[in-house]
Amino acid sequence: MAEATLDQGDVMRTADGTPLKVSIARAMRRNKLKALGLIAPLFLFILFSFLIPIVDMSLRSIDNSVIPEVLPNTVAALAEWDGKDLPPEEAYAALAADMKAGRESREIGKVATRLNYELSGMRGTVMGSARKIVKVEEGPYREAMIKADKDWEDPAVWQLLKRLSSPYTMGYYLNAVDLRLDVEGNVEAQPDFRRIYVDLFLRTFWMSILITGLTILLGYPIAHLMATLPLRYSNLLMILVLLPFWTSLLVRTTAWIVMLQSEGVLNDIFVAVGLFADDARPQLVYNKIGTIVAMTHILLPFMVLPLYSVMKTIPPSYMRAARSLGANQFTAFVRVYMPQTLSGIGAGSILVFILAIGYYITPALVGGTSGTLISNQIAYHMQQSLNWGLAAALGVILLGTVVALYFLYNRIVGVDNMKLG
Amino acid sequence: MKKALRYSTFGLAGAAAMAFAVSAQAVELNVVSWGGAYTASQLKAYHQPYMKANPGVTLNSVDYSGGLAEVRAQSEAGNVTWDLVDVVVSDAIRGCDEGLFMEIDHDAILATAPDGTPASKDFLEGTLSDCFIPQIIYSTAFAYRTDAFEGDQPKTMADVFNLEKFPGKRTLQRAPINNLEWALIADGVPASQVYEVLDTPEGVERAFAKLETIKDEVIWWTEGAVPAQLLADGEVVFGTGYNGRLFSAIEEEKQPLAIIWDGQVLDIDGWAIPSGGQNKDEVLKFVKYATDTQRLADQAKYISYGPARKSSLPLVGKHAELGIDMGPHMPTKYADQGFLTGFQWWADNRDELNERFEAWLQQ
Repeated sequence: MAEATLDQGDVMRTADGTPLKVSIARAMRRNKLKALGLIAPLFLFILFSFLIPIVDMSLRSIDNSVIPEVLPNTVAALAEWDGKDLPPEEAYAALAADMKAGRESREIGKVATRLNYELSGMRGTVMGSARKIVKVEEGPYREAMIKADKDWEDPAVWQLLKRLSSPYTMGYYLNAVDLRLDVEGNVEAQPDFRRIYVDLFLRTFWMSILITGLTILLGYPIAHLMATLPLRYSNLLMILVLLPFWTSLLVRTTAWIVMLQSEGVLNDIFVAVGLFADDARPQLVYNKIGTIVAMTHILLPFMVLPLYSVMKTIPPSYMRAARSLGANQFTAFVRVYMPQTLSGIGAGSILVFILAIGYYITPALVGGTSGTLISNQIAYHMQQSLNWGLAAALGVILLGTVVALYFLYNRIVGVDNMKLG
Repeated sequence: MKKALRYSTFGLAGAAAMAFAVSAQAVELNVVSWGGAYTASQLKAYHQPYMKANPGVTLNSVDYSGGLAEVRAQSEAGNVTWDLVDVVVSDAIRGCDEGLFMEIDHDAILATAPDGTPASKDFLEGTLSDCFIPQIIYSTAFAYRTDAFEGDQPKTMADVFNLEKFPGKRTLQRAPINNLEWALIADGVPASQVYEVLDTPEGVERAFAKLETIKDEVIWWTEGAVPAQLLADGEVVFGTGYNGRLFSAIEEEKQPLAIIWDGQVLDIDGWAIPSGGQNKDEVLKFVKYATDTQRLADQAKYISYGPARKSSLPLVGKHAELGIDMGPHMPTKYADQGFLTGFQWWADNRDELNERFEAWLQQ
């Protein structure tokens, strides 16, 4: 603020005559560059191995470039078509020409796959007619195409092509929330028998919330015990908490199968003590229960550790002070101890919730039909159906929701109040 | 952005390639397969004898879990490191359509049968396709616990769907493929007409309605190792599985199981060569060797999958370790009781039916 009061001609200078401001800026710049150089490896690593792939992958959720690229003539010809009845002969000729070129470059299959996502059976239509149309040397192409496959006589197929002419599409996002475009291009709900994703999203959220709640219930007493017991006992407890953490995820999941299955340990005990009859063993795995139990166990350390690190810093004298001022044990705990552990609960909850929402292998193994999550569908579309556009759309929605929840959390609790250790 | 990615992978690949060039002159081929007992049988029947005969070639065996995701990713990054991939025929066709696999002139590159029959005539009918070199015929069939039922034992697909006569849990693959076909067969549709019926909306309705009758008693599996485990644990009394896995459960682990060959779905597994690989000539040499008559017959010594060549069938002998005659364990022996999977039909309808199947599961 000192310079502000000095006038232009009267600036402070260093010994060699440069203005002090410039000299300081220069020295600071060197430090900044050094700092940048130090974080550069990490930054570049994250940029190339994380940010660019994520952006690239999420762009696939709106990418429709394959149609305009492989069928350029058809797209041009259909631009002038009014969308009623069947398109003119030029469109048929253009499609035939594109198919011949596409077969030559072996790209036509990508179009076939893309169209099949929108309308079942289009793969066969495109591949079959491309194979046949190569042999047709000259027009009229309308008859030739319809002869190759009678689907080309259906205006709906042409309307679909026209709708997909743009290099971008909302189709994957619509599909990801159980909507679709009807023949006229209006948004409508998928038929009953194809609605799956909205229910799965909802299930993923409520199961993640439930699992987070269970880890708080189970983790809080353990963390409290660890923070208050003498060192030699609390170390033993710590090892017991960490031991499963060091065991392979698959081993822990499979162990739960052994425990919970109908001929498993738990059910055998139930039958032995007469809780259930031998032929009425409850189904504890390959359903929701299996997923909830296994995931709660696997994610428990992520709740216990932040809680413990926060509880460790709370001086026991606070509780004693509360008691001496007349609070009973319960009131002292609720009004004095618990509010101080909120930052730990917050940190643990956000860790467990975010991990749970993207959990994949455990639900796949123990979830059966009622206990699998949206991530299992994403994996299916990445690996099996190869519908990467839909997988990307599902992933972006999931990511978006988590980010939104994070901001909500920040508004309500405040991320600054979160303590990880 | 894609370009930036491609250049960075190029850079890495280049550095790796130079490191290799310095260390050795020999050729290394990355041969990708399903892992487990299946890869083991390939190592013994193909890889090891080939490497012995060609000291300059090293075959790296890489495991994967099927599907085309990795092949497509490598192709899009412009850095194809897999030289040869073991795929099921439906994936070979899809990959071929998308240009991921190299097209193949079967008679030009594959070995002829010992009597001079060209390869295209020697491989079983309907198994060859543009980018695909068949290796084995496997089947997906039901097995049941032989100690589960007194008196009559289940023999047909209708028995599998008969909860009154054969009560107990079943385990089926969590996918519409095969299950819809089986439901129709159990409902009285002859195996030869299954895809005709499925091609109509009423046919699909009918299949789902039949599946509905056993839905409450089904545990759905997704990993190939699970059904044999569930059967062994007594968690289920019926289970579908690949016949090779069922064979090892029955003959190697001596589980009280038996296979119902009725309604078995035959499928083809074989090699496909990703386009854009660096070692095309060496790969073709290995493929020619690994799919000749003797080698295909040799593989059946280690696993109970049927060779895809007619000329290999008479050469199938005894299991290398168990010493049992493998002939009766080849699914091709019971081909008339089952049918070949409609891979073209599924390529068209898989996307929609999978969503429909998942929605049906959630109801």
